[in-house]
Amino acid sequence: MLDQHRDYVLRTVEERGVRLVRLWFTDVLGTLKSFAISPAELENALNDGMTFDGSSIDGYSRTEESDVLAIPDPNTFEVLPWVDSKSAEARVFCDIYNLDGTTFGGDPRQVLRRNLDAARADGYEFLLAPDIEYFYFAPPKAGEPLQPLDEGGFFDLTTTDVASSLRKETIRTLETMGIPVEYSFHEDAPSQQEIDLRHTDALSMADSVMTFRMIVKELAAMHNVHATFMPKPLEGVQGSGMHLHLSLFKGDNNAFYSADDENFLSSDAKAFMAGLLRHAAEITAITNQTVNSYKRLVPGFEAPVHISWARNNRSGLVRVPIPKRGNPSATRLEYRSPDPACNPYLAFSVILAAGMKGIREGYELPPEAGANLFQMSDADLAKMGINQLPQSLSDALKIMESSELVAEALGEHIFDWFLRNKRHEWMGYKTQVTPYEINRYLKSL
Amino acid sequence: MTAPDMIVVFPGTVTPDLARTLDLGGYRWKAVSGADEAGKIEPQHGWMGAIIACDDDPESAWAFARALRKRDNPVNSVLLLLSGAQLGDLELRDDLFDDFCLTPFHPRELEARLRHLFSAVDGGSRPELVEHSGLVLNLETYQASFNGRPLDLTFMEYELLKFLAQNPGKVFTREMLLSRVWGYEYYGGARTVDVHVRRLRAKLGEEHANLIQTVRSVGYRFGQGRWGA
Repeated sequence: MLDQHRDYVLRTVEERGVRLVRLWFTDVLGTLKSFAISPAELENALNDGMTFDGSSIDGYSRTEESDVLAIPDPNTFEVLPWVDSKSAEARVFCDIYNLDGTTFGGDPRQVLRRNLDAARADGYEFLLAPDIEYFYFAPPKAGEPLQPLDEGGFFDLTTTDVASSLRKETIRTLETMGIPVEYSFHEDAPSQQEIDLRHTDALSMADSVMTFRMIVKELAAMHNVHATFMPKPLEGVQGSGMHLHLSLFKGDNNAFYSADDENFLSSDAKAFMAGLLRHAAEITAITNQTVNSYKRLVPGFEAPVHISWARNNRSGLVRVPIPKRGNPSATRLEYRSPDPACNPYLAFSVILAAGMKGIREGYELPPEAGANLFQMSDADLAKMGINQLPQSLSDALKIMESSELVAEALGEHIFDWFLRNKRHEWMGYKTQVTPYEINRYLKSL
Repeated sequence: MTAPDMIVVFPGTVTPDLARTLDLGGYRWKAVSGADEAGKIEPQHGWMGAIIACDDDPESAWAFARALRKRDNPVNSVLLLLSGAQLGDLELRDDLFDDFCLTPFHPRELEARLRHLFSAVDGGSRPELVEHSGLVLNLETYQASFNGRPLDLTFMEYELLKFLAQNPGKVFTREMLLSRVWGYEYYGGARTVDVHVRRLRAKLGEEHANLIQTVRSVGYRFGQGRWGA
């Protein structure tokens, strides 16, 4: 089967006149990395991989053994639709290996593969569908406030037209690359967009999220617009989240569905959800990995703050959407804290690990929190056993540091590097004196 | 150029009856245990044909048959040996073989079938283009186009679309598509089929997404039903 895949890719390159093949992979922080090879090198790359120096990639470096091997996954080969077909280009995602052929511990894609294999060994397939939010701005200028497209008259055209035609073009491009879109709309905040993808297996979806971010930014830049996945770019309006709709299949059956339960939730669904809730604080540094992420997780902007679940209450961390009647395959859990600036391979890995731990160890699901939690006092919440998500990157890192679950899911290499890197990021932030402090204190103190 | 004169036989262990029939018929043959070996020891001018015994390990036998057909230079004359109970397996695999003989076989029958198979000038030529409602698949170059525009597909998307387009109007269950297109080598079960159909529809574009129709609680159908449903 693999040979046929390779042949197919090589034939396509020849027939379509592809001039450049971009080998894509992801660093530990979730940034897409790429190097280009000529079609002549492709056959060799497919068979033996391409060696490159990993020390230039965030989270890869181990100076004494910095060379690693990128082996393309022929199943992910796609011609890039926005490049002129006269000088066609294609991309293919790579898995990273050590030169001795063992999997490379710093490669997020390999980490996700390992976690998916572990679930598969128990008979489960993990599928997801993300709802991705982001903003369009006029190209940012140093020292000037951000300018949403919907306001400010930067463009001669009515600016909503620019944003919505850009969104339509983005969707067309996504679909041409085999990334089906379920819904899209203008979100609440000025210039904020949401695009919801249709569910697929977790590895393809992590690849799709990487492709998605690349396409959104690339197409925006072609129109002199800046697209951003920054979780909270504007004060006082809602930030950008990446709600994840999760489902597990056992063979051809939705493992989350049970006809006997009043909410149609199986015991697997309840235990998985219990796992998510019990380990939520530990995995938050991964699902919300920037200083800025925690400015989104505050009351009042439809982002979760408390570790709780509910059926149709959007203030909780896990929501159980009510599936359309007679459609067992639509039973799913919506995990609402992640933001679109996360590394999708690592975020999907820790989410799956938390849920699977709940299933393996038969965790008990705490009671549903039906009320609006934002209206309750901390003392009342504590009585109900409801805690808050970490309040800052620093808090989140402290909790992650002592998590065996996260260490195991990510592997030692990424776990250690991530904590080191992010503590450094926090220190950099902590030493800043912000305009807020000047306004608040300079005159009064 | 010398014509190929060597037959490849699968699996590696050949029953005495088969060996005797081939030897008496004056055929030159080599037995192999898999597609890799068949590639390695292939004569310079290719294989004249293949005999594949399916009764021991049908999964491997079908995988072998598929591999022979999907090479750059497909083996054209393929004869299967299978038991009466396996006849159902032939359905929708017409592209994988040219003739078959039931086991236990009568040596005279097998001899006659082999003679007929190898007498044909080119053992069963197959069409190189599949065309349907603006969709064109070139089976030789693996290229697909839709209304004249190139349609870029991954390998499995291409294989699925090819299978559907070769059988327009026919309804397939997910399980059938999985076994005929993927050959059970894939994780994810029937869900895999849904995911690929969705990707194909996305690539075909909104206006043409209904070229692959969902037949509720059954599976999928390419193009219109017989009564234009």
